[in-house]
Amino acid sequence: MVHDLRFLLILVTIWVVLGLAGLLGLHSIRLERLLFLLGALVAFSVAVLAGMFLAAGGTAQVLVLPLGLPDLPFHIRLDALSAFFLLLVGVAGAGISTFAAGYFRSGEGTAPALLGLQYHVFLASMAVVILADDAYLFMVAWETMALSSYFLVTSQHRIPDIRRAGFLYLIMAHVGAICILLSFGVLQGGSWQFTFDAMRGASLTPFWATTAFLLALLGFGAKAGLVPLHVWLPEAHPAAPSPVSAMMSGLMLKTAIYGMLRISFDLLHVRLWWWGALLLALGLFSALYGAIFAAVQTDMKRLLAYSSIENIGVIFTGIGLAILFETSGLRLFAALAFTAALVHALNHALFKSLLFLATGSVLHATKQRSLGKLGGLIRHMPWVATLALVGTLSIAGLPPLNGFVSEWLLLQSFLFTPQLPHAFLNMLIPLGAAALALTVALAAYVMVKFYGVIFLGQPREASLANARDANWLERLGLGWLALGCIVIGVLPQLALRSAAAVTGTLLGESVRPSATVWWIAPIASGQASYSGLILLLGIVGVVGVAFVLVRFLAHGRVRRTATWDCGYPWQTSRMQDTAEGFGQPIRHMFGGFFRMERDLPSPTDRAPRYRIHIEDRLWRGIYLPIARGVQRLADAIGVVQSGRLSIYLLYSFLTLIALLIFVLL
Amino acid sequence: MPTSHLIAQVLNVLAAGLLLISFAMLSRRRTQRLITLLAWQGAILFLSTCLVAHSSGLSEIYYSAALTLMLKVIALPWILHRLIYQLGAQWDSEPLVNIPATMLVGLVLVIFAFGLAQPISMLATTITRHTLGIALAVILLAFLMMITRRKAITQVIGFLAMENGLFFAATSATYGMPMVIELGIALDLLVGVFILGIFFFQIREQFDSLDLHHLESLKED
Amino acid sequence: MSGITFIRQLAEVVLAIAIAPLFSGWIAQCRAWLQNRSAPPLLQPYRMLDKLFHKDAALAMDASALFRATPYVLFGAMALAAAIIPSLVTDLPLARVADAIALIGLFATARVFQSLAAMDIGTAFGTMGARREMMVGFLAEPALLMVLFNAFLVFGSTALPDLVDGYAAHRAAVDPSVIFAAVAFLMVLLAENARLPIDNPATHLELTMIHEAMLLEYSARHLALVEWASSLKLFNYACIGFALFLPWGIATHGQDGGLPLFLAFAALIGKLALAGAALAFVESLSAKLRIFRAPEYLAMAFLIAVLGLLVHLLLRA
Repeated sequence: MVHDLRFLLILVTIWVVLGLAGLLGLHSIRLERLLFLLGALVAFSVAVLAGMFLAAGGTAQVLVLPLGLPDLPFHIRLDALSAFFLLLVGVAGAGISTFAAGYFRSGEGTAPALLGLQYHVFLASMAVVILADDAYLFMVAWETMALSSYFLVTSQHRIPDIRRAGFLYLIMAHVGAICILLSFGVLQGGSWQFTFDAMRGASLTPFWATTAFLLALLGFGAKAGLVPLHVWLPEAHPAAPSPVSAMMSGLMLKTAIYGMLRISFDLLHVRLWWWGALLLALGLFSALYGAIFAAVQTDMKRLLAYSSIENIGVIFTGIGLAILFETSGLRLFAALAFTAALVHALNHALFKSLLFLATGSVLHATKQRSLGKLGGLIRHMPWVATLALVGTLSIAGLPPLNGFVSEWLLLQSFLFTPQLPHAFLNMLIPLGAAALALTVALAAYVMVKFYGVIFLGQPREASLANARDANWLERLGLGWLALGCIVIGVLPQLALRSAAAVTGTLLGESVRPSATVWWIAPIASGQASYSGLILLLGIVGVVGVAFVLVRFLAHGRVRRTATWDCGYPWQTSRMQDTAEGFGQPIRHMFGGFFRMERDLPSPTDRAPRYRIHIEDRLWRGIYLPIARGVQRLADAIGVVQSGRLSIYLLYSFLTLIALLIFVLL
Repeated sequence: MPTSHLIAQVLNVLAAGLLLISFAMLSRRRTQRLITLLAWQGAILFLSTCLVAHSSGLSEIYYSAALTLMLKVIALPWILHRLIYQLGAQWDSEPLVNIPATMLVGLVLVIFAFGLAQPISMLATTITRHTLGIALAVILLAFLMMITRRKAITQVIGFLAMENGLFFAATSATYGMPMVIELGIALDLLVGVFILGIFFFQIREQFDSLDLHHLESLKED
Repeated sequence: MSGITFIRQLAEVVLAIAIAPLFSGWIAQCRAWLQNRSAPPLLQPYRMLDKLFHKDAALAMDASALFRATPYVLFGAMALAAAIIPSLVTDLPLARVADAIALIGLFATARVFQSLAAMDIGTAFGTMGARREMMVGFLAEPALLMVLFNAFLVFGSTALPDLVDGYAAHRAAVDPSVIFAAVAFLMVLLAENARLPIDNPATHLELTMIHEAMLLEYSARHLALVEWASSLKLFNYACIGFALFLPWGIATHGQDGGLPLFLAFAALIGKLALAGAALAFVESLSAKLRIFRAPEYLAMAFLIAVLGLLVHLLLRA
């Protein structure tokens, strides 16, 4: 039965058609709005199809397309892994597209029709990346994805900073793509067949397998924003319009995760345990690094971008653990860690998209991105504030929402690491659980800052009083994503069951999706269990009873008065913590991570100003030296450029002679 | 034999306590507290030596336990207390030690020591063999304390703590050293502390402080 | 689930809610004795609550719904946690809902809500308290997790009823790692419940406050609920500590009669009395740390927990 795959192809084609249809009315925002809504419908259908495919067990379906170069047709394949990631793209994409229908307005940078085209091509190319079954189609789709997202990032191309961010992104994307291409080159293992089927059959020595793995890690790590390949991410994601930021953070990063999983668990037969240790270390470091940097950001979208680095780190931690367990023969635990990584990928797609979209609404309502100029929006934008609260609690890893589920699964799999048969590692890795717990708790800190500074407290600017709530399409999109966060949090069985199909095909072992209808107990029914549903019902129940009792036994009288603040009457909104102030403890504790420049006012200043500038050490430590090296090399090569035509002709002539001699020999 | 199992359990607990005190030493800034902790370490050492003596039935280990009690629990802490009293250094504390970072390094050292001791302790036959890793960790941690601190007295305390670790390693791995060697070491320690005490007075007279970074100025350029 | 287990479940929650303020009152009393003050009556917390419930709530002009809902959420989360933690019996229908890690998560939910509510009005003290609370929280969580990791290694589960049952079944002689875990847990308990040396529950100086600073804008029934929730939190932490380290007396699976239940109740009261006195003693011995020494203190707790873990791994062979 290849119906699912055919349907999916048709849906992907519709995306492209929708994008092209927008060109009929270049500046018509109405048409674009309709097209975005239709795109959302297509995304929803993709999610439904992928979900049904997973529920049916996920037996692979293959198709050869009569497209591409002669003798080099495109192969596509739908299996459990790709279905899971299509589900992710579909679910989150539906919400983002609905929001985008209400978000884009004319007169902002690129014309709406072009935006719509780029947007839908971006979506379609992500789907094709996930469906591709040969390196050729994969690379074509991968590059299409990179280019379309580049154009989307630079849609406000009149701002120099955004052009710079887009350029940095493009460079990193291409360096990554080269690594992936090389990795495929190694993976074909001398067969010169670039279909994934051939790669699965190729037998590689551990050395070449390691080479392929490390190249893939470089390539996909650059796309996913793994530290130290992350520098483009906090520049490019905030620069894009919010729906695009949501797509890049929520979905595009996941295609890199998909690629990593596809290569390391499907295409490669040999896996070495230290790959897992490497991924684990990189993942944990990225997670901690991202969380620490997110805590000191003052731009709301940059904060979210750093938080994406953190979450990608968490996902890579899960993958690393899975490899470690799998190579030690502990398949069930490997499945647990793998499931945690997959579910976290899905969760991150939901809550990060939700939050990026919410920042979009805030941006439209207030024209402010800086946290220092926001505040108190819960009173003017109750819809956005409420829905963003769901996202905030989810991303902070709090039960009973979805972020907690994946973190719980990951911590559970950490508990079994002392069973690993490596003498030093089984003592070191439990520390990883602590690092993870630290990261998760730091994420809660970051999100309290994010939500508290934007939505709570007093407005820090007078103009914020005019902020208006999001329109109904935006609310619908946000609501859909928030619903996703709640559903997965309350009924984690759904996500676990979808992931079970993936781990079943790749590892030959799956966690138990659920002990009963009520709770999940992934390892054994007697062991650790968790039920988001009862937790939610319990809290709601107790709150309800408490509320009724308080009203019944006491009273409900309320007197509205001025703020007390320990009797200090002259307080203003400037006395609240700023974003810098809230991040200060983190800056104090993790000072070594930052490169800080601080201007402290002197006591006698007439107009005291405090300024702090925080930079990534890695930018100066790694990237600028590389850039200087390239510059020097280019200068050296530049010597051959003289500008005289006859010299260039001489070069060509010499080359021709050299080649002829070569042929002669 | 249930009793020997019980003794091994208690010894493990004592060893764990020794390690805990080593970490407490890393985290304390006050010199006086450090001396108290050192005395506690001696007390645990005394108890564990008694237990080893009891379980092995070797009477000379009792002597070394008594020696430990007299020297490490009573004499040395008393001498050190008197010393800092005479030097007027009761309230001295170490400035500028990044304690969390030091402790993290200490943790890595412990993992290193444990990993190192695992294969060795497999060879040993004594009931206390598992504690070898802890003894090694105590030595390394004392070393770390000496590296990170700058006061002269803390150096001596670190030195004594290191000796405690060595002593514990000896009792746990091989039921103690020959009596003669042990007596010699005890005498060395005592004399060493006296001599260092005299040094302290000299250092303070010279620099008006016990901070060892003053010694850097003695270097010839 | 049969009716009788359901009733026991309900009884446990009601008991926890009822005696939690008593526990706080007992600690306050012990502290007063140790400090040579004349102690407030044991039932003082109840009088406080009664008074607060009958006052009119004064609410700042621009307090949002979040601010008003938070006291209920806090109370709900803590009461639910009390239902999950086996303080009297292990055979509870709700005990499977959350293992110890999920319990930490539940506490974290309460903490985040409290911090958000503190930022809602936008006062300087409120945001300061929120920031400090989150700081203490994110440092305490890894330490607590390591304690649980240790328990998992010893007993093979993170579900608290399993730990208690496992302890009853094996009566394992003291594992040295448990001592480390207990010390670390005590340190975390003090920090998480806003007690000395991290925070002074009796302070009136706003600049040194953490927990109290977040409550400054609450009054009347909201304040009563928040105070009740914090005494419940302390009670819950004490019961987690009992389940991990002193599980004697808790009625395990199969002990259904009235006598084990009564014994469990007596044991709980006895343990609470001792623990309260011990807490008051520890608190009276310690001075409040500077806020930037708090990371040091919690790092120490974390390292002790990790040491316990390592010692267990080393000695288990």
